[in-house]
Amino acid sequence: MKKKLISALLTATMVLGLTACGGGQAAAPAAPAAEPAATEAATDSTETAEAPAEDSSSEAAAPAASGDQGKVLNISAWNEEFKSRLVDHYPGYEEVDGTTGKIGDVTVKWLITPNEENAYQNRLDEILLGQESAATDDKLDLFLVEADYAVKYTDTDYTLPIKDIGITDDDIKDQYKYTQTVVTDSNGVIKGSSWQGCPGVMIYNRAIAEEVFGSQEPADIQKEFSDWDKFFESAKKLKDAGYNVISSTADTFRVYQNNAKLPWVDGNKIQVDDNLIKWVEDSKKLADAGYCGTHGQWTDDWSKGFYPEGKVFAYFGPAWLIDFSMAADTEGSIAHDGGWAATEGPQGFYWGGTWICAAAGSDNTELVADIMRKMTCDPAIMKDIVLKDNDFVNNRPVMEELANDDSYQNKVLGGQNPLKMFCAGADNIDMANLTAYDQGLLGDFQTAMGDYINGNYATIDEAMNQFYTLATTRYPDLTY
Amino acid sequence: MEKKKTSKVVKYNKWGYIFLAPFFIAYIIFSFIPLVTTIYNSFFENYRSGLKQIGPTFIGIKNYVSLLGAPEIWKYLGNTLIMWIGGFIPQILVALLLAYWFSDPSLRLKGQRFFKTAIYMPNLIMASAFAMLFFAITSDSGPINQILISLNIISQPYKFMEHIGSARALVAFMNFLMWFGNTTLLLLAGMLGIDSALYEAAEVDGATASQIFFNITLPILKPILIYVMVTSLIGGLQMYDVPQILTNGRGNPMATTTTVIMNLNQYLTSKNFGMGGALSVFMFFVTAVLSLFVFRFNSRKEEG
Repeated sequence: MKKKLISALLTATMVLGLTACGGGQAAAPAAPAAEPAATEAATDSTETAEAPAEDSSSEAAAPAASGDQGKVLNISAWNEEFKSRLVDHYPGYEEVDGTTGKIGDVTVKWLITPNEENAYQNRLDEILLGQESAATDDKLDLFLVEADYAVKYTDTDYTLPIKDIGITDDDIKDQYKYTQTVVTDSNGVIKGSSWQGCPGVMIYNRAIAEEVFGSQEPADIQKEFSDWDKFFESAKKLKDAGYNVISSTADTFRVYQNNAKLPWVDGNKIQVDDNLIKWVEDSKKLADAGYCGTHGQWTDDWSKGFYPEGKVFAYFGPAWLIDFSMAADTEGSIAHDGGWAATEGPQGFYWGGTWICAAAGSDNTELVADIMRKMTCDPAIMKDIVLKDNDFVNNRPVMEELANDDSYQNKVLGGQNPLKMFCAGADNIDMANLTAYDQGLLGDFQTAMGDYINGNYATIDEAMNQFYTLATTRYPDLTY
Repeated sequence: MEKKKTSKVVKYNKWGYIFLAPFFIAYIIFSFIPLVTTIYNSFFENYRSGLKQIGPTFIGIKNYVSLLGAPEIWKYLGNTLIMWIGGFIPQILVALLLAYWFSDPSLRLKGQRFFKTAIYMPNLIMASAFAMLFFAITSDSGPINQILISLNIISQPYKFMEHIGSARALVAFMNFLMWFGNTTLLLLAGMLGIDSALYEAAEVDGATASQIFFNITLPILKPILIYVMVTSLIGGLQMYDVPQILTNGRGNPMATTTTVIMNLNQYLTSKNFGMGGALSVFMFFVTAVLSLFVFRFNSRKEEG
């Protein structure tokens, strides 16, 4: 009797197990259905948010959370950069501990997940997809995206149009156009805002320049690196003197990639621009001639050039690389002693940049709008960011004023004022070619081509096949 | 009378079932249901494109066809087996030797406790930390290259991670280093369980040390050897953390250090549960078949 009961129980659990997974399957298609609901909630809250937000813009009033606004502001980011900007420049921000802060009586919670292995996006995806059912205080309010995958988020209803939370065209009139293009969805609606512009320059070592080219002046060095042919000639001179022209072949990737004419994906077909193939060929030449290494960026091999014994002549990068990454705080680094200088280099490009987006379903839209307005539109705060952090801010009048101001000096660059160069670069950035797949594809492309550059694949075609294999594994909806 | 007796037995049985229940509940929730859903999922097209969910649509065995029809999965399986065998052969040989030394009372090894602890140490470090350590040691400007250059053995840094042989050898070596201590302790336990009368009898009969090892120790150790081989095989087929961290998930050069589970991870960027499920089911069968093969291979010898 008991035996029968037990066996019945066991079968029941088995059947239950099976139906449970069936249930899981049934629940999955319900997820997209939650999408319109989320937007509905969003438009609801924006109606209430619009009126007070507008007058606060004219008076720049302190962001007091009114009755229908939440008490917890959740921010999703992949590093500490935006946090340090808020701590230093947002009026009324108090730091509580590493992952929390306070603005007025609103608690700010930082959800920081590193970028590696797609971890940041994996977490963000889950949060956004679960936004509808999350408790009010757990709902994400603000998240950061990079250009490489901005489209993935802006072209969905999970991101609020900035107009809906009260940012007007007049607020953002001074921003560089390209920063708005990045976060404009396929219907032409702007869904984010950035405090940064990221035009890139060639950052070179003054001491090596003096030794090899007889001058450390940007104008003289520019003549030696005005195009890629000159670049190779100078690389040879540097090699003869015992220096690497750049740290790694990965350094020039952004320069070639930004000057590509085709987006990575057309419809759902992967396409590779000729300029990317040129990067592969040129990198192969660089590596074979021993002009630089082939290691990845952000490794110890790569960053050893930040110190004199690394013997690296130049890095390609935007303002944030100079300010944030070149070990300026470490004694003995070249940056610490102001030993770098900047020049345009062979070709203009951009690299990186961080955009602030408002999450649909946010219960703190007023505060989110105020953060956007203060950090990405307010000329006084933005000027302060440049003066304190040497960032290149997304505000044309501010940057142009400082570019012509001789008293502005960048310590890392030995007192040089590089802003004119950056301003010229920012005007030429074209960001129309973004797709939602960029980050994965450019990573896989570099992985596959790295094997060609290192001589493991005999031809580019073999490396291309490997690239397509990796890319279609990562993105099953793409073809080639 | 009799009836009463049976009911009492059942009453005691009840406690048996209650004590067993936690295991079965945990097993059903954390192992059985995931197992069944994995198989179930493998028959569906089910992934995310950006934030958009595609599927789930029932597509029969299409996932298996595209998985097993492509050359990649066989290449990755080959990579996995090569790196496993490369680590396992030195691992079992060194472990046998060490266990034999430790268990031989006539050697009177000093500091046994220390060595038993020391050889187990590498296993205590997280595999990912271990891999990062080796990544730093073997990098272009790392200590190994610097030493070789300063000794004038090489003039240019040797790129360990850009040559098939060195990259695979590194992974195999790390696996060997992490697991030989564990294997030694298992074999040692087996060897200490052998009746010392057998050794004494052999010595009286004038057997040499190697005769004793091959004719007494090894045959009696067989069940433990089989256990070690099967568990190592299963662990080896699921090799993931060491090559993943060492190559930053790229499996370079030319995806020759990409293991099957690293490939599974690639599918999960798009939350591709269909292909991921198919791959997992495939691995389940590969593991089952290979384990059976090892088992058969070893027990047949016993008959002959």
